[in-house]
Amino acid sequence: MIVKRIRPVVIKEFRQIRRDPRSLIVLLVFPGLLVLFIGYALNFDVKHISFAAFDQDKTSTSREFIRSFSNTEYFDFNYSVESYREVDALLDEGKALIAIVIPTNFSKNLLGGRDAAIQLLVDGANSNTATTAISYASAIIQTYSTKLASKVLARSGREVYLPIDFRPKIWYNPELLTAKFLVPGLIGFLLMLSAVISTSLSVVKEKERGTMEQIMVSPLHTIEVTLGKTLSYLILALLASALVLVVGFLFFDISIRGSLFWLYTGILIFLLGALGQGLLISTIAQTQQVAFMISVFSSLLPALLLSGFVFPIRSMPIVLQVISNLMPAKFFLVVLRSVILKGAGLSAFWDQLVFMAVFAAGMITISSMRLLRKAE
Amino acid sequence: MFEYAIEVHDLTKKFGHFTAVDHVSFTVSRGEIFGFLGANGAGKSTTIRMLCGLLEPTSGSGKVGGYDINSEPELVKKSIGYMSQRFSLYEDLTVEENIRFFGGVYGLSSGKIKERIGWVVGMAGLQGREKSLAKTLSGGWKQRLALGCAVLHEPRILFLDEPTSGVDPVSRRRFWELINELSEQGITILVTTHYLDEAEYCNDLTLINAGRLIASGSPKQLKANHITYSILEVETTNPVAAMDLLRNQPWVIEISLFGTYLHVGVDDEERRKEAIRSILASTGIQIRRMERIVPSLEDVFLRLLEQDSKKRAA
Repeated sequence: MIVKRIRPVVIKEFRQIRRDPRSLIVLLVFPGLLVLFIGYALNFDVKHISFAAFDQDKTSTSREFIRSFSNTEYFDFNYSVESYREVDALLDEGKALIAIVIPTNFSKNLLGGRDAAIQLLVDGANSNTATTAISYASAIIQTYSTKLASKVLARSGREVYLPIDFRPKIWYNPELLTAKFLVPGLIGFLLMLSAVISTSLSVVKEKERGTMEQIMVSPLHTIEVTLGKTLSYLILALLASALVLVVGFLFFDISIRGSLFWLYTGILIFLLGALGQGLLISTIAQTQQVAFMISVFSSLLPALLLSGFVFPIRSMPIVLQVISNLMPAKFFLVVLRSVILKGAGLSAFWDQLVFMAVFAAGMITISSMRLLRKAE
Repeated sequence: MFEYAIEVHDLTKKFGHFTAVDHVSFTVSRGEIFGFLGANGAGKSTTIRMLCGLLEPTSGSGKVGGYDINSEPELVKKSIGYMSQRFSLYEDLTVEENIRFFGGVYGLSSGKIKERIGWVVGMAGLQGREKSLAKTLSGGWKQRLALGCAVLHEPRILFLDEPTSGVDPVSRRRFWELINELSEQGITILVTTHYLDEAEYCNDLTLINAGRLIASGSPKQLKANHITYSILEVETTNPVAAMDLLRNQPWVIEISLFGTYLHVGVDDEERRKEAIRSILASTGIQIRRMERIVPSLEDVFLRLLEQDSKKRAA
């Protein structure tokens, strides 16, 4: 029986992993820890933006206008300044991210029914934050204008008529928390780490030490050795993914809305592809260093950059969009987000599963063919 | 039953344009210790690897334990043990775990494995170190443990590829005692080495150079067949200059440097001793000692290699 034949290999792998606390930590604990760190640190939510106001008008209207900013959790009114020089200094030193300059005739113009201009100075060094800050600021200013307009109209005895009442409602991640968006992606990223890198390293290590050759002269078939190794890392990767889900639930309140069965089906298919990729690398690389480099470049980086994990694929150049279709991590991410965040059923992501299965089958076929071919 | 444990006919292995093993043929009788000698890169390991089913021959055939290496590699693998110069053990597993793993790989029952653990530990002198990690063992211990793991499944044929490289002389001697014991139990052993003193332990020797067999026979036969002249060992004050002087004498059959001594092959011992004395005396080189010696295998092989290179150059 094949189970009996690969048993010694699995036992041996687990003994080796257990004896090497570093690899155990990297495989099991590291993913959970990383989710914790990245979940807290990688925060795209922009809140408490420090701003300075240069109020040349100094009227109750201008102060009310500034309050409309400081009343939100997005902006903190930290500096009230008296000159452009001070504005420059605060922006230069990064103490304030934006500065609002209110000209002297602000309230006079407003009350007189004329257009009033205000100036918004933004530190654009971090374009992400700057863009977000500008959009928040425009929204606040828009609301303020509307309120003002309705007040003016009411005074002249007319009703305000707003043709469109816009009430956005966000689904799946209503608080728009970055962590909720990132954690499912992290699972894909980290499984890639443990599966591809650890499989390729463990096989290449045996090649380096000559133990692979020792097994090759035994009646144990190459496929059986490989299967034993793959199975061991599959078990570990499944455990690691469970750990990541637990961390996500405990610390970021991410519960799995969809079916656990389909979630693990997706994870399993993805892992088979990743393990196949690790094996393929091990047939190419002769040293652990080379194996590590190839693994990082072929799995980790694409999983980070081209999967839509952090950077939306839609906004990539068309060439990269095409290439991203070769990355199983991209499809896996759709499955993870669908099941975990949306609670979607199979119909929403079956095609992604098919893509991943094709990738896995391809990887496993190529790597077994290479393994079976005798050394030249 | 078959007569030979190993039979090889015209075995050839090419790597691209390079021919590593060139039409090699030999036979190994059952129960003998067969030495496969040659310099590094001569084709020893490549031949062994083909016989063990690790490499596919480009052409030629071979039988190991009665099984064809081309068509029945799986059966070959079941009947052989293999140990390479790397002592391929898992450094991060203990002595016992290594034995258990290789026992499992060969499909031994757990009862059998338990029995063999006792045997290997006793054979390798590892009592009390069963729970030590393999990486903490010294070279000699590792070597004997690797040997133990290679014969766990009691193979009838054992391949040893430079099994004594990098091991101290005491361990080397002890290792050869183990090899002799295994041989007495009827196991056929094919061993490669480039230590010529070890070659003396073999029943039969084959010398390979640049992929081709150039001589074979027992150590005694090789000496008798290939050294038909006398060898003088000469100790001088300037061996290098002396060698240059003597090399071109027409009656010098062969000359080589052995450490700080010269080995000079001559047809007539007494007459040539005189000639050497007079030539060296004329240039001021003093002779400290000069005597006839029994040729060693090293003399034989250096002679054979030199002849072979001349033949190839011609």
